[in-house]
Amino acid sequence: MSTILKPNALESEAIYIFREVVAQFENPVLLFSGGKDSITLVRLAQKAFYPAPIPFPLLHIDTGHNFPETIDFRDKLVEELGLTLIVRHVQDAIDEGKVTEETGKYSSRNILQTTTLLDSIEEFKFDACIGGARRDEEKARAKERIFSVRDDFGQWDEKNQRPELFDLLNGKIEVGQNVRVFPISNWTELDVWNYIHTERIEIPSIYFSHLRKTFVRDGLIWSASEYVYKEEDEEVLERIVRFRTVGDMTCTAAVESEAETILQIVEEIKLSTISERGARIDDKRSEAAMEKRKQQGYF
Amino acid sequence: MNTNNSKNGNEAPPLGLPADEAGAGGMDVLKIATAGSVDDGKSTLIGRLLYDTQSLTDDKLEAIERNSRRKGFDYLDFSLATDGLVAEREQGITIDVAHIYFSTKKRSYIIADTPGHVEYTRNMVTGASNAQASIILIDARKGVIEQTYRHFFINNLLRVKHIIVAVNKMDLVGYDQSVFDRIKADFEALNAKSSYADQEITYVPISALKGDNVAKDSTEMPWYSGQNVLAYLEQLKPEVQHDSAMSFPVQTVIRPKKDEFHDYRGYAGKIYGNSLKVGDSITVLPSLTQSKVKNIHFFDKEYSEAVAGSSVTITLEDDINVARGDMFVKSEEVPQSSKELLASICWMDGKALVPGSKYEIQHNSNRILAKIDSIQGVVATDFSGDKMDANQLTINEIGQVRLKLSKPLFHDAYTKNKATGSFILIDTQSNTTAGVGFIEAP
Ligand SMILES: Nc1nc2c(ncn2[C@@H]2O[C@H](COP(=O)(O)OP(=O)(O)O)[C@@H](O)[C@H]2O)c(=O)[nH]1
Repeated sequence: MSTILKPNALESEAIYIFREVVAQFENPVLLFSGGKDSITLVRLAQKAFYPAPIPFPLLHIDTGHNFPETIDFRDKLVEELGLTLIVRHVQDAIDEGKVTEETGKYSSRNILQTTTLLDSIEEFKFDACIGGARRDEEKARAKERIFSVRDDFGQWDEKNQRPELFDLLNGKIEVGQNVRVFPISNWTELDVWNYIHTERIEIPSIYFSHLRKTFVRDGLIWSASEYVYKEEDEEVLERIVRFRTVGDMTCTAAVESEAETILQIVEEIKLSTISERGARIDDKRSEAAMEKRKQQGYF
Repeated sequence: MNTNNSKNGNEAPPLGLPADEAGAGGMDVLKIATAGSVDDGKSTLIGRLLYDTQSLTDDKLEAIERNSRRKGFDYLDFSLATDGLVAEREQGITIDVAHIYFSTKKRSYIIADTPGHVEYTRNMVTGASNAQASIILIDARKGVIEQTYRHFFINNLLRVKHIIVAVNKMDLVGYDQSVFDRIKADFEALNAKSSYADQEITYVPISALKGDNVAKDSTEMPWYSGQNVLAYLEQLKPEVQHDSAMSFPVQTVIRPKKDEFHDYRGYAGKIYGNSLKVGDSITVLPSLTQSKVKNIHFFDKEYSEAVAGSSVTITLEDDINVARGDMFVKSEEVPQSSKELLASICWMDGKALVPGSKYEIQHNSNRILAKIDSIQGVVATDFSGDKMDANQLTINEIGQVRLKLSKPLFHDAYTKNKATGSFILIDTQSNTTAGVGFIEAP
């Protein structure tokens, strides 16, 4: 029987990148947040090396403020696929006095993750950290390379990036440097959802419509939780919502939605007019927020 | 991952497309590069494309409206849609390649927005290296200028198949046909000197600001009967390079340490050029060992054939020694091998290229040491064919260079085969990608 493979261009590109990582680096790791993008990465990695198992561990930087659904999901995925999971906790860095917890209305542990991430890179001597960032998410990301070299401090020097030509990825680094790798750089949010749909990839339940205790601030819907600061006059109501991205609770806003299936989510996104990162509270802080965080080594 | 995800409820493929055509990239992707001098209206054009394809979300549109008002404009400044890094905003210029995404019902587009000033040739080369089409912008008031030569030259050197010459700001010249015709004639004169006969060039008079002939046909220029920019892009077929010989650089060898796959040795890589079929006789380079393709796997499925762009895993009939850096070609299409190369090199590093220096060449998945033998000259990018004598190649210069290699390299001329005809030069001290080479016919 004749069967002709016509590749899915974005999938094929991502698989190509995964294979370059394994060939060019000694100690790669996949940064796993439990969100749909990192779950998609896991599927792509599975495809890249099949029938061999995924040849690197997952690293989760746990802020301690995660949605419990995400953690349950993570553990189930790791078990089902027989993956190696490393978890490092932001709480430890706080306890050791390395970082100070933010206080007040917009407090979040999101930025604190950077320290824990850099410490873990050093602890395990990771030379490549694979992440699910996409260039369509945010304008600073639009300039990110597929292999993005970071110095000893994890810093991104956007003016001095290596040119990337054709498929030729250059992962050569010095000791102490590491590379952040973005296999789904060229995917859009819709591409990810379509892929999750056609591949029937399971994702955490909070992506689907559910009833949740929430309050509204600055036009965004926040999850009411012990971790999220709330003013007296901010009224908590049960709303039917879902999440478009899954950061930690303090920096991820919900959207009102009845979407219960991937298809409905895809339809909703096509109609929706708020960009994905519009629902990330951390970016609202300032227009240049992401660029600043990246220079400091944020993922 | 669990395939019985009841939450997904996805028995049918999405969006009414057949399963193998839907999903990421199932809808095809066209990569475009843009070139233009500062203020020719590149950002405005891209912003306009995003706006007219409803790719700008409300929050982005609001930001554009807010900023346009703040600057006191009585129109929407779409150039803000592609507004980049803080450093750029401060300097008011684009300093690097940015990627912008939009899609129509038909396909997805990725624009590599590359800056147009002379000093950023390297970014333009980078952006064009993956582009199937390029938009070259010309300001109708200025016409074809020296920088236009350079933009076209780079697109020629890189063999970008489809060129759209967008004559912008037609509103400022009263939508005058004679202005457009003159610019077109000037560009044609330039094209007459090009050595890339198969390149397809189309000319479109536009106003990026007003939206004329960008995604909508203009009512202001009844004398123009061609397609608008988006309509032209929509009908292009993404070039899959079916017209060159198949090559399969081995990225990594897959050896699952599992009982059920005990003797499995799979070669992971991506197919370039023509398709590869089970049963094809292949030659492994550089060892010249021969074998036949036994299986083509993509994940847990087997195929009898795979086309260009497929990232697959191949097994061979014979148990031979294959490692990363090796390349499979069809046995009747073995390219030439040599320890010397003549190449056009676009230099991208602050440290100049000088004869006698050593670099590592990355040619597909293969890396070998190279010594710069001599610089034949710096190539003029104005189609004069001039070559200036030079004893070094500085950043953003394109030169013809002779290299000596530590081992023989199997290669083709870039004009014949992009995959086997290109390489990058890696600085062995800083590890940076210092230049890109386009191999010339021997
Ligand atoms: N009248 C007119 N002005 C334009 C047009 N396209 C761009 N501009 C203006 O030209 C200036 C430079 O445009 P911009 O897109 O920033 O140029 P870039 O440097 O090539 O990105 C801005 O003030 C634009 O508003 C056009 O079609 N007509």
